Amino acid sequence: MTEPSAQEKRPEPARLRIATASLAGCFGCHMSLLDIDERIFELAAKVEFDRSPLTDIKHCGPCDIGLIEGGVCNAENVHVLREFRRNCKTLVAVGACAINGGLPAQRNHLDVGACLQEVYCYREGLDGAGVPDDPELPLLLDKVRPIHEVVRVDYFLPGCPPSGDAIWKFLSDLVAGRTPRLPYALMHFD
Amino acid sequence: MKRQFLFDGRPVPFDEGQTILQAARAAGHYIPHLCWHPDFPPHGSCKLCTVKVGGRHVSSCAFPAREGMEVESDTPEINAERRALLQMLFVEGNHFCPGCEKSGNCQLQALAYDLEMTTPRFPHFYPDRPVDASHPDVLLDFNRCIFCELCVRASREVDGKNVFALGGRGLGKHLVVNAETGRLADTTLAADDLAANICPVGVILKKRVGFAVPIGERTYDAEPIHVHAMERDT
Ligand code: SF4
Ligand code: SF4
Ligand code: FES
Repeated sequence: MTEPSAQEKRPEPARLRIATASLAGCFGCHMSLLDIDERIFELAAKVEFDRSPLTDIKHCGPCDIGLIEGGVCNAENVHVLREFRRNCKTLVAVGACAINGGLPAQRNHLDVGACLQEVYCYREGLDGAGVPDDPELPLLLDKVRPIHEVVRVDYFLPGCPPSGDAIWKFLSDLVAGRTPRLPYALMHFD
Repeated sequence: MKRQFLFDGRPVPFDEGQTILQAARAAGHYIPHLCWHPDFPPHGSCKLCTVKVGGRHVSSCAFPAREGMEVESDTPEINAERRALLQMLFVEGNHFCPGCEKSGNCQLQALAYDLEMTTPRFPHFYPDRPVDASHPDVLLDFNRCIFCELCVRASREVDGKNVFALGGRGLGKHLVVNAETGRLADTTLAADDLAANICPVGVILKKRVGFAVPIGERTYDAEPIHVHAMERDT
């Protein structure tokens, strides 16, 4: 039997670790990530998933890439976002909400107390109900913020959601060590 | 021989009285712009058309072409400045493209695509600007106004109606409807007036036609604004 060559003995390069999270978003960007379809096998060969709704891991460890969907609308979002920033070498704001607050930020010119009253106290059929105040519930911020207003962000991947193809192009660039860049056809804010 | 200047190193001929932007366009070179329109005198407010002439920044829509000048336009430096201007326009209004009827047909958004603006970068203002839905055929969403005055100029100079004006200064600047009540319903604006059709962004919108063309098939989904504008003369 011949000895394996030096080439064959070389260990597999460590796979990149990716974490994902949804803050104040609709999970559409995560659905779009699944829209890369069978290319997910190609991705899985190159990366490992840390904290993510796909793995159900609750806290992330040191990672290479963090993908964040959704804006910052409550104290828990701030907490999760900071944990990601601490742990991820490269942080990516994915989708309109992470980039500019998106749909949730459309409450920003309103008084948050008045919003809560409107939703929980004055609507028909809610007589007697009050604004929920369970200590388990994270405290709302007065404004929904894009994530770059809270932590430093390395890259932005626009779209509502970005298409599967846009996510694939972006991740392929990033995983290959290139600066991610979207061609015109994949640049969309809607 | 016709007089000429150098535009990004290439000779561009011009006639007396032409601006840099006009002469460059006539020679087939696109310069990004938002407040300029071929049918109106230059307004010079958006500064997207900024170019560098002899080391100085000038608005090419308003600056007269001169023999022998050297104009820089499509350079990484100027394009980065244009991107910063776009980012400021985005954060000064409420631009939520996914919920905007103009998305895909919007010049502000199309320029952002063209100049690879992936983030508004600056802190958002999130101003409070209620909409005016009083008119039977036209909706006003003030949240997206970039103060280009195209509607003001169109209404005054073409429609002869003076429906719009800009009021206030700086942060307080806003689009005004010229009626005692301030409501669009109390003006003579008609849906086929030029003023109702010229807004480059999603402020002045026709009712009942929004989202008729699906995402992916709209004007700037099909081709970038630098191609579209040269073909269609807008
Ligand atoms: S006006 Fe243009 S940039 Fe603003 S929200 Fe609408 S599509 Fe987006
Ligand atoms: S409403 Fe539209 S056309 Fe009028 S000033 Fe604002 S952006 Fe320009
Ligand atoms: S197009 Fe020249 S300043 Fe707006």
